[in-house]
Amino acid sequence: MTTPPDRERKPEPEPEPVPERDPGLQPERTRLAWRRTTLAFTVAAVFAGRQAVTGGTGPVGTVAVALSVLVWLGFLLLAHRRVRTLGAGPVPSALPGRMALTAVVCTVGLAGFAVAVVV
Amino acid sequence: MKDIARSLRLWFAPQRVREEGRTPDYRFSLANERTFLAWLRTALALIGGGFAVDQFLPDLRWGVRAGLALALLGAGVLCALRAVNHWVRCERAMRRGEDLPVSRFPTVLSLVIAALAVAMVAVVLFGWEGGR
Repeated sequence: MTTPPDRERKPEPEPEPVPERDPGLQPERTRLAWRRTTLAFTVAAVFAGRQAVTGGTGPVGTVAVALSVLVWLGFLLLAHRRVRTLGAGPVPSALPGRMALTAVVCTVGLAGFAVAVVV
Repeated sequence: MKDIARSLRLWFAPQRVREEGRTPDYRFSLANERTFLAWLRTALALIGGGFAVDQFLPDLRWGVRAGLALALLGAGVLCALRAVNHWVRCERAMRRGEDLPVSRFPTVLSLVIAALAVAMVAVVLFGWEGGR
């Protein structure tokens, strides 16, 4: 096909506005950062689970490991929600403070349960 | 002391940060979020290290093993708490258009980790038979 003459192209409406795309892919990178952090949390939680499987933990240790799994699930859920928010629109909202605090509480909780297992 | 109280109030009511200043470019907020997550991963690595010392060095004397593990876990907790503190402070500074807060925490953490690593090498080399 030959290119149509200019006259024919003129009446065409403006091309659909392409959504503003961030050339730095900031939401994408932030999503991946959440995924990496989830992975790191999973590794730490696997260590906690390993402790339970290899034995040597009393009832306190068992409860601590169960709670570790709980905070791990909590963190997974949190990260999932944030990743969805980041993927929803071209300009995602900033991280809510409560989410940041919850993520840290989960992390500190994991460390706390680790102390219960170690001591 | 007053500073600590003010920080704590900010941690638990972070929406107050939103009340002042102007919303910065969303990219800056996301960069701040990624920095926060990177610190959180550092904290998780330290916590994982604490678990690992406890599980993979079973021949150590109990006191040494627990001491090393607790030191790593404590460093992880500090790192996580500092992560959220620094995130809030950066967020507030960006809204107010101030300079970002500087901190000597990275230096202190590096020194602590270096000391822990040296201690661990020493313990593994010389203290291995302790528990037998």
